[in-house]
Amino acid sequence: MTDLTGLLSWVLLGSGALFCVVGGLGLLRMPDFWARAHAAGISDTLAAGLILSGLMLQAGFGLVTVKLVMVLVFIYITSPTAGHALYRAAHAHGLAFGADTRLETEQVGEDRGAD
Amino acid sequence: MPIRILVTGLLLAGAWLLWSGHNDALLFAFGAGSVLLVVGVSRRMDRVAEAPRVYTLGLRPLAYLPWLLWEIVKANLAVARLILDPSLPIAPRLVRVRALQKTPLGQTIFANSITLTPGTLSLEVEDGSVLVHALTAESAAGVLEGSMNRRVARLEGEG
Repeated sequence: MTDLTGLLSWVLLGSGALFCVVGGLGLLRMPDFWARAHAAGISDTLAAGLILSGLMLQAGFGLVTVKLVMVLVFIYITSPTAGHALYRAAHAHGLAFGADTRLETEQVGEDRGAD
Repeated sequence: MPIRILVTGLLLAGAWLLWSGHNDALLFAFGAGSVLLVVGVSRRMDRVAEAPRVYTLGLRPLAYLPWLLWEIVKANLAVARLILDPSLPIAPRLVRVRALQKTPLGQTIFANSITLTPGTLSLEVEDGSVLVHALTAESAAGVLEGSMNRRVARLEGEG
């Protein structure tokens, strides 16, 4: 491993750790369940991606890096799926939204229309 | 569908052998147990879900994934900035977005993409629309603007 990839790897690992801390801080600071879930998303996506990328640079080309790529792929598929199951269950059982949440549920996105 | 079960089991066993890289009896037993468990669970899922279909997306995800990853990075930085702001300037809201995708797979990819970008969570997918919890007005506007919606719809192709 050259010095440059070593340095880059540690930059990725360090910034990944930093975003983990930010996600944890968000979990503590956010006012309700729903807002906390957004903060948890930071650790699941950016922090996980940075740390695994840093580890791939440490491992170099080989089976270990293939495994790390698969870990990342599976995290990016399973974490939103599990998250959705959690949010859907919370919503279905009527978990209240924070008092300042705007419930403009009727707004509809742009339609594809006639084309 | 016994053939499907057999193929699933063989693929899973192959993946286990490739990724494990160990040849002792204990790990083989763990592998066999895991394969049986997963095959059993997916058989049960077949009974509650509609008949499984194979969708082909071809190489189209190769264009979508880099775009999605960049959206995830931008959304992460925006939410990190909110968390680190002493006044915590969030304005949570619920919005309903009509999904432009026609297949269950397309709608799943859309809902998962929404949840993967911090600042927006998908709460439920019903009657072709997604109920989204957004952390700020900007993140809600981002979903309603619809470029993710259109890109995932294009991912489905004409099939």
